[in-house]
Amino acid sequence: MNDATLVARPEVTHQIRSRTEPKMAIRGLDFFYGGFQALKNINLDVLDKRVTAFIGPSGCGKSTLLRVLNRMYSLYPGQRATGEVLFAGQNIVGSKVDLNLLRAKVGMVFQKPTPFPMSIYDNIAFGVSLYERLTPRAMDERVEWALSKAALWREVKDKLKQSGMALSGGQQQRLCIARAVAVHPEVVLFDEPTSALDPISTAKIEELIAELKHDYTIAIVTHNMQQAARVSDFTAYMYLGELVEYGETDQLFLRPREKATEDYITGRFG
Amino acid sequence: MGEHTYKEFDNELEAIRSGVLNMGGQVEQQLQRAIAALSDETPGESIDDVGATELLINAAQITIDQQCTQIIAKRQPTAIDLRTILTVTKIINDLERIGDEAKKIAYKAAATRGSNQLTRVRYLDVSRAANQARGMLEMALDAFARLDASAAADVIDRDGEIDAMFHSIMRQLISYMMEDPRTITPALEIVFIAKSIERIGDHAKNIAESVVQVVKGKDVRHATAEQIRAEVAQR
Repeated sequence: MNDATLVARPEVTHQIRSRTEPKMAIRGLDFFYGGFQALKNINLDVLDKRVTAFIGPSGCGKSTLLRVLNRMYSLYPGQRATGEVLFAGQNIVGSKVDLNLLRAKVGMVFQKPTPFPMSIYDNIAFGVSLYERLTPRAMDERVEWALSKAALWREVKDKLKQSGMALSGGQQQRLCIARAVAVHPEVVLFDEPTSALDPISTAKIEELIAELKHDYTIAIVTHNMQQAARVSDFTAYMYLGELVEYGETDQLFLRPREKATEDYITGRFG
Repeated sequence: MGEHTYKEFDNELEAIRSGVLNMGGQVEQQLQRAIAALSDETPGESIDDVGATELLINAAQITIDQQCTQIIAKRQPTAIDLRTILTVTKIINDLERIGDEAKKIAYKAAATRGSNQLTRVRYLDVSRAANQARGMLEMALDAFARLDASAAADVIDRDGEIDAMFHSIMRQLISYMMEDPRTITPALEIVFIAKSIERIGDHAKNIAESVVQVVKGKDVRHATAEQIRAEVAQR
């Protein structure tokens, strides 16, 4: 069996052989919106310093899965997860987890850019100051570093006092990425980060993701399959709350193991 | 396979598929004319048709190539669609080469038929090899039409027979040439024709290998017939 294509169904015996360490290990994860089960027995590894993409039709559970990874669902009553998501030696869906600390280590960038109604500088500094006490000079350096990391520094360095909301859509999204990396996360989650952007901004964000993966573990949900093929190292195809296929992106898009996966990626779906 | 959500995509894929089969049919006809010219048959209009068909084959190669390029640009095909399109671009090149070799055989055979005792005798052996090559081409195109990897593997197995026929013809011609230097000129004509047939067999084998690549997703160029058979037998 080709070990580059892994099928995470319990009845298929195989070894999950990671060529690199899993940053987050998902084991037997179920998720419920009230009485409705949205995720069923998910087992997969999100590998360190790699980009893992989640694809699938609407309602397949990919965004739900992403939001488990930083306990975003805890904001809402009636939503619960069972099973294990192991990160830094802890099961983060368990009860004894510091959620604020978790969300600093596992950052998130959303589909619609969400800059705070503050200056560009404060957008970055706000999050940092929640976790660290920095001198003004150190904070200046951190802000510059984060904006550089997000490939935005040169465009905004002379207008840091301007409102973050005055930037273009693509710039706002990069500001949100800068905000996420400013608090030194280990994992960055992207939930359809370019759906609302034009093609050029999309390309810049994808380039940025290719750079960021050298320093951070990245998980991205996208309904754009070509984007998944371009930016990711590993891809997971989900359908109706189940993980259908998970493997190396190159292999999955050239010769997927499951017919269901092939039907979806070739546009024969439905 | 099921239909794409974009029906036009299905139409485009069907167009290149039927284009390949049409082009293959014309190449088979070309090869048939070459075999007729090799046998002691009156060519009739056959030889005139060779030139006209050559133009059609070349035009088909260009048209299908353009269609494939368009699909790649427009549809970003993946998996089996991508493999199909990429192998079609290889198959049409092999078909064009076969058409070219067949044309050369037809012209050469028509020009030299009956002119020499040696040529007449040896053409019978060469016709047999040419028929074998035509059979391989027919099987390869059939395997493509049905996306049948097992049938494609059968074609690959048979390439060895054409190579053996070629070497046998060469050995006999060499013995003639050694015995009587006056036979060298006509013998060399036969050598070139035999070589063209051997090339046709190779191109038919290439087409069969392309079919295996579409169906199995594995590039089996440079693999042995046994390895390909084993690959085809896997799930």
